[in-house]
Amino acid sequence: MARTIINVPAKARRGDIIEIKSLIQHEMETGFRVDNVGQVLPRDIITDFICRYNGEEIFHAELFPAIAANPFFVFSTTATESGTITFEWSGDNGFSATASRDITVE
Amino acid sequence: MTDSCRAYSPIALRHLPHDAAGYASPRAPTRRRFISDAAALAGVGLVSTDVACLLSIKPAVATPESMRRAIGQVVGEAPVHKGKVKLDIPPLVESGNSVSITVTVENPMTATDYVKAIHVFNEQNPLPNVVSARLGPRTGRARLATRIRLADSQTVTAIAELADGSFWSDSAQVIVTLPACTERL
Repeated sequence: MARTIINVPAKARRGDIIEIKSLIQHEMETGFRVDNVGQVLPRDIITDFICRYNGEEIFHAELFPAIAANPFFVFSTTATESGTITFEWSGDNGFSATASRDITVE
Repeated sequence: MTDSCRAYSPIALRHLPHDAAGYASPRAPTRRRFISDAAALAGVGLVSTDVACLLSIKPAVATPESMRRAIGQVVGEAPVHKGKVKLDIPPLVESGNSVSITVTVENPMTATDYVKAIHVFNEQNPLPNVVSARLGPRTGRARLATRIRLADSQTVTAIAELADGSFWSDSAQVIVTLPACTERL
């Protein structure tokens, strides 16, 4: 399982806009580089990143090889209710990773 | 950014590779000379597969034309307006391998009036697309930050799609001193 670093506030007031930061360890091989004998290195990237708040999709990014290694995203959401924010990455060669964080809304 | 970097003007940096190619000297190993020499070698069958590979590999490059086509696939026939979108990107980056960008759209995020998507495009990478993010009323604030790769000095364009179907954009020039994406290992 790839390492992930996720930053979600543990507590928020109802209606607040909270910032979410997510990073996942991944090489993001572009498929355009060649090795020392001229062989093209096959593409190996994360293609999709989805963030859900209590099951409802709040952010969905489609990634291309131009995303730097270890894809990092900062986005926001409105704190509506206590629950779980889940993160899901999927990509080439069957890559898949998930993570989740709990949030308490008062 | 170091002080030594600031000493160069962007213009001087951009022209450096061309001036440094040494057109003044007839014996300088220019790219053209290298390719013609290599082709001549290939003709007499003296070359290994290495050189043959080198000649056959021509990294695809997204020209401004292909960026326009990629944008066309997203926006269709709709006009793209200037404004509302703010693309934050450093004007001069040392390494194209990781460039921080922030796209902010000045638009509320209510149930009926919200930013549906943010797309980022570039001119000089092998592919014109960088990232396409779908947002919604629950996203709270139409702001997206990430890190991207840039293969050369170029213009980066961000396009926001609003719920009413209109498109807004912003572009920024970036100068890259160490390119990414297609480097040899």
